[in-house]
Amino acid sequence: MKNQAIYREVAKLMMPFILMFAMYVQFHGDFGPGGGFQAGVILAVVYILYALVFGLGNARHVTPMTILRFMLAFGVLLYAGVGMVTMFMGGQFLDYNVLSHDPAHGQHLGVFLVELGVGISVAAAMITIFFVFSGQEH
Amino acid sequence: MTAHLPVLQVVLPLMAAPLCVVIRQLTLVRLFSLVVTGTAFLISATLLYQVNTAGPISYAIGNWPAPYGIEYRIDLLNAVLLFIISLIGFLVLIYSKNSIAREITQNRLYLFHSLYLLCMTGLLGMVITGDVFNLFVFLEITALSSYALIAMGGGRLGNPQALYAAFRYLILGTLGGTFYIIGVGLMYMMTGALNMADLARLLPSVFDTTTIQAALGFLVVGITLKMALFPLHMWQAAAYARAPSTVSSFLAATATKVAVYVQLRMIFTVFGQIPLFRDTPLDEILIVLALSSMIIGSLSAVYQKDMRRMLAFSSLAQIGYIVLGIGLNNATALSASIVHLFNHALMKSALFMALGAVFMSTHSVKRGAMRGLGRNMPITMAAFVVAGLSLIGVPLTSGFISKWLLVQGALESGMWPVALMILVSSLLSIIYIWKVVEAAYFKKPKRALPKARDPGPTMWVPMWILAAASIWFGVDAGTTVGIANKVAETLLGGVPQ
Amino acid sequence: MSTDLLEQVSGHFNYWMAVILMMVGLYVVLSRHNLIKKLVGLNIFQTSVFILYVSMGKIHGGIAPIYVEGVTEQPVFSNPVPHVLMLTAIVVGIATTALGLSLVVLIKKTFNTIEEDEIQASLDKKRRKP
Repeated sequence: MKNQAIYREVAKLMMPFILMFAMYVQFHGDFGPGGGFQAGVILAVVYILYALVFGLGNARHVTPMTILRFMLAFGVLLYAGVGMVTMFMGGQFLDYNVLSHDPAHGQHLGVFLVELGVGISVAAAMITIFFVFSGQEH
Repeated sequence: MTAHLPVLQVVLPLMAAPLCVVIRQLTLVRLFSLVVTGTAFLISATLLYQVNTAGPISYAIGNWPAPYGIEYRIDLLNAVLLFIISLIGFLVLIYSKNSIAREITQNRLYLFHSLYLLCMTGLLGMVITGDVFNLFVFLEITALSSYALIAMGGGRLGNPQALYAAFRYLILGTLGGTFYIIGVGLMYMMTGALNMADLARLLPSVFDTTTIQAALGFLVVGITLKMALFPLHMWQAAAYARAPSTVSSFLAATATKVAVYVQLRMIFTVFGQIPLFRDTPLDEILIVLALSSMIIGSLSAVYQKDMRRMLAFSSLAQIGYIVLGIGLNNATALSASIVHLFNHALMKSALFMALGAVFMSTHSVKRGAMRGLGRNMPITMAAFVVAGLSLIGVPLTSGFISKWLLVQGALESGMWPVALMILVSSLLSIIYIWKVVEAAYFKKPKRALPKARDPGPTMWVPMWILAAASIWFGVDAGTTVGIANKVAETLLGGVPQ
Repeated sequence: MSTDLLEQVSGHFNYWMAVILMMVGLYVVLSRHNLIKKLVGLNIFQTSVFILYVSMGKIHGGIAPIYVEGVTEQPVFSNPVPHVLMLTAIVVGIATTALGLSLVVLIKKTFNTIEEDEIQASLDKKRRKP
């Protein structure tokens, strides 16, 4: 599909908006519907679209496996790390109230960080799954 | 920090799993995961001590109080299970070094450690949580990581059956997990509760609805599939026989035991306020299935030539004993179940470890290949014999204690034919263990054995710790039986823990 | 009697659909010998559970549970908990499918087939040979 000009132009046009929407779902998740899972999948869609239109080689070049693997681990560690921090700050595991002076702010910050971790992990996982399956030789 | 021990028990291995992927350097990964499993073992020992002296511990995740948030609740029963899992997890990881280097592709070894820790996280989480849906999540974490671990057996030695075994396990395991979650959904529909204690409080008023009875059916079938009770045991033999030796010694000792724990929890805590054994035919069903498992498992074990398959079928029989104790519905039989849960984990893990050592030096676990090994590998085969005697239930071994209690329990319920069946199944186990002993000690090898020698101390020390423990708990059964009696009393008391 | 039956069907429409999907999925898993078809069946089976959960959280006239500041009379909310539970279950389902498919890819590479009976046959042949 590399030589199809229309595909390429449309994909180029759409990708920033999909990316933007992923960010919206991620960061607006505390006020409305949304959250890390959904945002992660939408973010992964951008990469999959890119890989479909511009070829797998280019896509792999953009996000090497080592980075994906690191993101995968980092998301989980961020989630559990927030839990550990709340524990060291005197609360229960994942008790966001202690993160800030105002419990409401603490909850906000905690959910934000945890969802960020979820988003990063899910995006990395979806991209990894896509890369692994599409990398099979026939 | 001691107040946070319940959550650390699960979160430590959970955080360590992705860290293994980040570290990647094999020596470091190995050292790191040994430290983590060792710490987890110390935590579980502390928790067992605390619970035994001071009573149940409750921990609210995120400080959301019990019926609303997820609660980790540890009473004596799960403290014992946590102890078993982390003990076996630690010992098997020490043992694993040379074995996995031989059986798993080199560049996947760091992934093995990551998956192993994840599997342990799942098992610990299933046991520790007081929330039925959280239990499902941990169940799937365990299941997914164990499918991948079993498939790793297909790696280095060209053992393609491992892949197929893992796939079949994946299909059946997912069916089991989904059955469980359907049951949970139906209970949630009627009560709006997911917390175990809360469910126990709310269920009696709605138990006469078909919804809840269907839920009970789905739960029992799903969990029975997970613990590989007859007739849902088909996945087990292939999975344990084809997995890397390390993985079979870990999973055979822990995975099915945790499923039994979930069954106990469901029957005696979640449905604890309802006289299930009086109002439903559940006890008859359990007894019939358990007896069939005992006889069919032992009989099949006698005819196996592949020794790992033999042990897998013997596991089927042993799970039969444990479930029989639940179905007999008296305190003696129930505490026999709990003692056997503990003892069987020790001896089965030791047996699989011994076979792993045999596999390392002879590249086969067929009975024929074990001829004359008694002379070449005295340490390994002696451990096999000791654990095997315990499996049979010879006096002065831990297996004797649990079977003795079980027979007593059967007689207490006035079911002497059941007691007879226990004896028959034990006689069958003498046959299949004796066949191995005969091959190893009384037959000459067909050709000169290729330098089959005992493995290094990293392998035989954990093996012998477990084998010696099955003697120790046979001679001094006071501790185990004492704890099991306490657990059985609280479970039968029906008080939600 | 017939109106009763009609009510049974229409009033529990969501549950009937869940049950039908569940049975279709289970049948496909048990009856097909093609590994990919088995996985598809497994997916249908799991989807039926999602429907069971999500539909039980729905309340007639209930809306998405978002708290609006300044409104004195809050409207009826649908129960969000089943949705959250299913979000987790969907992720589990994806993980299972991905793992299952990757196992199928490996099986295809080693056995050169994804038909269960052919795999079994090649395993039997192997067992008989030595």
